[in-house]
Amino acid sequence: MKRQRFWGILSAVAIATLMPMHAAHAEKILRVATTLADVPLTTGQPSQGGEGARFIGITIYDGLINWDLSKEKEAAKLVPGLAESWTVDLATKTVWTFKLRPNVKFHDGSAFTADAVVWNLDKLLKRESPQFDQAQATQGATYVAPIASYRKIDDMTVEITTKAPDSVLPYLLTQVFMSSPVRWEEMGRDWAKVASKPSGTGPWILDKLVPRERAELVKNPNYWDPKRVPASDRLVLMMMPDPTTRVAALLSGQVDWVEAPPPDTVPRLKQSGMQIVTNVYPHIWPYQLSFTEDSPFKDIRVRKAANLAIDRDGLVSFLGGLAVPAKGQVNEGHPWFGKPTFEIKYDPEEAKRLMAEAGYSQDKPLKVKFLVSTAGSGQMQPLPMNEFVQENLREVGFDVEIEVMEWEALRARRRAGADAPENKGGHGLNNSWGYWDPDIGLLGPAWSVMRPPSGYNWGGYKDAEADKLAAQAKVEFDPEKQNDLLGQLHARMVDQAMWIWVVHDLNPRAMSPKVKGFVQAQSWFQDLTPVHVD
Amino acid sequence: MLFYILRRFLYTLPIAIGVSLVCFALVHLAPGDPISAILPENASPQLIEEVKTAYGFDKPLPIQYLYWLGNVVSGDLGTSIMTRRAVLSEVIPAVGNTLILAACAVLIGFVVGIGLGTIAGYNSGSILDKAVTAFAITGVSVPHYWLGMVLIVLFSVNLGWLPATGMGSLGSGELPFTLDGLKHIILPAMTLAVIPAGIIARSVRATVSEVRKQDFVQTLYAKGLTSRYVFVHVAKNAAPTVLAIMGLQLAQLLGGSILVETVFAWPGTGFLLNAAIFTRDLPILQGTILVLSIFFVVTNLAVDVLQMMLDPRVKRV
Repeated sequence: MKRQRFWGILSAVAIATLMPMHAAHAEKILRVATTLADVPLTTGQPSQGGEGARFIGITIYDGLINWDLSKEKEAAKLVPGLAESWTVDLATKTVWTFKLRPNVKFHDGSAFTADAVVWNLDKLLKRESPQFDQAQATQGATYVAPIASYRKIDDMTVEITTKAPDSVLPYLLTQVFMSSPVRWEEMGRDWAKVASKPSGTGPWILDKLVPRERAELVKNPNYWDPKRVPASDRLVLMMMPDPTTRVAALLSGQVDWVEAPPPDTVPRLKQSGMQIVTNVYPHIWPYQLSFTEDSPFKDIRVRKAANLAIDRDGLVSFLGGLAVPAKGQVNEGHPWFGKPTFEIKYDPEEAKRLMAEAGYSQDKPLKVKFLVSTAGSGQMQPLPMNEFVQENLREVGFDVEIEVMEWEALRARRRAGADAPENKGGHGLNNSWGYWDPDIGLLGPAWSVMRPPSGYNWGGYKDAEADKLAAQAKVEFDPEKQNDLLGQLHARMVDQAMWIWVVHDLNPRAMSPKVKGFVQAQSWFQDLTPVHVD
Repeated sequence: MLFYILRRFLYTLPIAIGVSLVCFALVHLAPGDPISAILPENASPQLIEEVKTAYGFDKPLPIQYLYWLGNVVSGDLGTSIMTRRAVLSEVIPAVGNTLILAACAVLIGFVVGIGLGTIAGYNSGSILDKAVTAFAITGVSVPHYWLGMVLIVLFSVNLGWLPATGMGSLGSGELPFTLDGLKHIILPAMTLAVIPAGIIARSVRATVSEVRKQDFVQTLYAKGLTSRYVFVHVAKNAAPTVLAIMGLQLAQLLGGSILVETVFAWPGTGFLLNAAIFTRDLPILQGTILVLSIFFVVTNLAVDVLQMMLDPRVKRV
């Protein structure tokens, strides 16, 4: 009897001990090594740019409008998010009406309504509101900049009025994330406390936050879009800014997925059976050119020559195939590519001819200076790539001086504009660029009214034709017609050789062969919901 | 001695202020802007001004510095620009993680350094001595970053014995008293220990060799003391010099290593500083450097006191 009792107790203890272990083992975990040094802001508007939005923005939160990240063969498009539909008043072209999606709940169980939208916009725009948060307002400033006012029409309808007609608003609203007012109240109206227990409507819920180390997210089984309920139970985001460390972590089995493996590690990763996933996305590695009075790039022959002098295939090969040669600001096949007549290719003879026509040769080279960074977001391998281009340009009659600086210093120089005193003598700026929305991609760089600091036209490019097309595209609300106008604008930019376009990054990721379900969208953002480890 | 300790402790204040002043000036002299990392690409002049005001960067530099100093005196190191978390809440866990790593590295470095140095000192001129010297020179010369990567490739990637990065499942602030925690600390601690091991081995070797040549050692042998007892006397005489060097090494280790902590994604002060440098997170930089400078000074003070206790001949004015 005693013996039976002993074995009974032992069995009970064993079962009690093993059950949680079994449960833990059954949990499907996806471990991702990011390039970030710290977890981005988790309260709503994430910090740290595109990567912040990729891992903390679109995972925990939704915008009124979302990106469709389910296709790899075409550029990502806008799809309804927390708004089921939206219309613009064609009379004023400034008043937008958003019909909200019913029955959506925040992670804390509270309902998503028009009040929550107004509350979130107050959080970013209304300084006197108690929920105003400077940190989030700073991060979201770009995306709410066109908004003049907003109001609740009814529980499920919101009206937003812009300062001027602005067809780009839907793109911007993908980055305005909705946090829960109820959670903010629960946390004593303290955003610092909300940070460790945020509540959005997204497919993932933040479970654990260890600053500088990792964020652990668990799946939201009640996500409003059943097709996007995560296939993994837990997503562990690890902060690993050092690229070699990330690769070592993948090879040693500590993580399942690493962002941006260095090109020289790709053969080793492939050899170990790792998947290398790539796709074009709205990224360009260019030289933004100065059009100030003393800039030689005011001469279109010089701009065209520079574009024809670069052996892009050689550079791609140097990058281990992790890039594609650029034919313009946007990649070929993109809806905004249009029909440029100037073909960007490697033609050193034609480049030499154009340079000779402009009065320069290898014996009488044109001295130019490019500002470049040592590293930075989207900058790829800036130093060797710049040296490669420098050599190419030298062969057709350029004498390129490279001024190297740290990434934040380069950003400050870009924000100042080419005509700022600190940029005097700088003829080009090697700052990688994105084109996920018309403003940043085409309108900002090409429209003469968009000068820094609030615009993206660093060099002061001014072209009447480009200005006309940009102005039309900004107020064209029919997406098809807008794409057509943007295509014409892009063709004009290429024909005018507005910048020197070099390559598009292929956004490489390396992952264990056990990782399944990932579709790499043509976007800076990626959907982790279908991904799981077998 | 109490007066001496108190006086030395008071010395830490001007040193800490001096360090923070230099750090403050350097960060502001560097190109870029403390708020540029958080501003959107197309930040309007109005937004830039609003953010500067919100973060207190709209005031003249001396005023900014004095504000910061005033807050520090009241125990507030400020708020991180990037994360909006209190600097103290960022620095304390980071210091804790660095201490854990430093303690393990100290253990490895000091044991190996003293052991090898003593062996070499007792076998001066022999092959053993030359081997130890070669090890010590290699240890001092080898770049941390490179050694860390080599150890990762060898033990994590190729052999698969040890994890490559991080603190393991426990995470920040937890003591690594689990198998998983210990596994995570071995490689970074070994990497960090190599330089102090080399430096200490060389110093111990030189000191022991020097002490052994002194007359009193021969006298002790002549009096019939066994080698074990003579060793105790040699060790006692060598201790003050070795302690001074160990103190410096200890303080250096406690300061964290940007390279080692970045390679191993170890969330200590080095990792924190690295991120703060790249994002121009001035409050984090200021706060971390201030805490580390105090650490450095206090460690040196502790070593000095220990030296006095071990060897009363070491007089302090």
